[in-house]
Amino acid sequence: MDTHSLSASDFDATVTGETVSEQLHPRIDSRALAAQMRCQALRMVARANASHIGSALSITDIVAVLYSVVLNVDPANPDDPRRDRFLLSKGHACVAVYAALAETGFFPRETLETYGSDGSPLMAHISHHVAGVEFSTGALGHALPFGVGKALAAQRTRQDWRTIVLLSDGECGEGSNWEAFMFAAHHKLDRLTAIIDYNKLQSLGSVADTLGLEPLADKLTAFGWAVREVDGHDHEALAANLRPALWHPGKPQMLIAHTTKGKGVPFMENKVEWHYKSPNAEQLVEALAAIEGASHA
Amino acid sequence: MRNAFIEELVTLAHTHDNIALVVGDLGYSVIEPFVDSFPERFVNAGVAEQNMAGLAAGMASEGYHVFTYSIANFPTFRCAEQIRNDIDHHRLPVTTVAVGGGVAYGNLGYSHHAVQDYALMRTMPNMLIAAPGDPAETRACLRHLIDNPGPSYLRLGKAGEPVFHETVPEVEPGQWVPVATEGRDPARVMLSTGAALGAALQRAGNGGHAVYSMPLWSMKTKSQQLAQIRSLDELVTLEDHLIDGGFGSWMAECVIGTPEATKLHPIALSDRVCDMVASQATLNRIGGLAA
Repeated sequence: MDTHSLSASDFDATVTGETVSEQLHPRIDSRALAAQMRCQALRMVARANASHIGSALSITDIVAVLYSVVLNVDPANPDDPRRDRFLLSKGHACVAVYAALAETGFFPRETLETYGSDGSPLMAHISHHVAGVEFSTGALGHALPFGVGKALAAQRTRQDWRTIVLLSDGECGEGSNWEAFMFAAHHKLDRLTAIIDYNKLQSLGSVADTLGLEPLADKLTAFGWAVREVDGHDHEALAANLRPALWHPGKPQMLIAHTTKGKGVPFMENKVEWHYKSPNAEQLVEALAAIEGASHA
Repeated sequence: MRNAFIEELVTLAHTHDNIALVVGDLGYSVIEPFVDSFPERFVNAGVAEQNMAGLAAGMASEGYHVFTYSIANFPTFRCAEQIRNDIDHHRLPVTTVAVGGGVAYGNLGYSHHAVQDYALMRTMPNMLIAAPGDPAETRACLRHLIDNPGPSYLRLGKAGEPVFHETVPEVEPGQWVPVATEGRDPARVMLSTGAALGAALQRAGNGGHAVYSMPLWSMKTKSQQLAQIRSLDELVTLEDHLIDGGFGSWMAECVIGTPEATKLHPIALSDRVCDMVASQATLNRIGGLAA
């Protein structure tokens, strides 16, 4: 049985008990990166009067851990054929990834200021025209099949780079994802890792009241994946589960990350309305203060 | 056509090690030569066309030229958004192959009739439509697609189609391929795409209209058409597809607002064929394509 809740014994021994930044990646502190990403995301969305800030805050810790200590990617050579491939399936949460890419040197931070303006490269759903972005999404249920194709290509050509796909919980309603779940397990694509941002909220209400996913871990286990569950805001736990590329030979990895929509901004947390609303000037100040206060706590 | 396709694909795959074939659990007694020769480059994606199209795009993003293969509407309409977003928008070398273009599957019924596929595929800005008129054009199209990798749609008939070209013709996007021109009026042209070439030759008979086929066309080749039409008195287009969104409508968009518009006379299938049980020949006749 591959499904289990996270405990200390599950952690990669090299990171247990130590902060991610000290042990794994001296150049980037994942928590500092996450705080910067949250602030950038809030500013971008507020400036553009855009939606989906709750979705971006939900995945910020996952993306921060990926770009600080998991992904083998090089901002100086974003097309390196040996790089790991990261695909954001929930493309509406793109500001989190744009912020991570800017903060880690893929493009200048100033570019973030163009978000939402005419002619900006930063489409409001993630765009492959941006340095460091592999694949444009926006319609849901697309990145996992695409990632399956990448992982299959790597398997057939005997390359060992990883494919990591981040999905939302609501988009698990798309049948294309379940086609891909079947295919990945059947073809033993064990260099493929999927992460589900399980914040329990989707567009009009709770996942449970819309198209319930439970028992999600059991379903995915039955589909042939190695499945683990984690607190999607616990950097050590995320790193401990995501750094090992292989949990079970011959099985693709599925990390169910339990998250909070709007995480880090108390007045946005667990509120469906922040799938749509953009913070006004006063709310932006309050939100930034909450992030900065937490990061200095 | 499907046999010419697989023979040519196998031949090309010997010299192009990035050619891969992904099928949607169809192709019995067709695809075996490829599977036997290149098992590492073959995938049966199962009855799951959205994943088939998506994974084809993913493989293409890693250097493969992927051919997805299935029947009629399954590799197109069933996964239209994957073709639109994943393949076409990313300009990836995936050729969607549909066997059974038009009403080739006759009595199998509406689910198996591809009579709206041009309408879907031709509105994708980077998509090249390849609709050969016979097995020789099938080989020519395939060679062109391999030499010019990008999003494309290869629309085949079924099997046993007559051969209208003595040799494999030269084909280029937007170009008209002469099929029967000698001794005919050069100012009156019948221009077909896909398997409607047989109907074009039949209608033209032994005199009158010169007959051309246009197997390769796209949004990008519209601007080339007007110059060719200017020298004509009449252009009749033929297709085994509904008039709505089809080849004749595409040509009409090329000449709209110009004096050439009055020269155009599209012949396409009537929507009567959409709820009829009949053979391909009967449907093409009742639908108004075949005389």
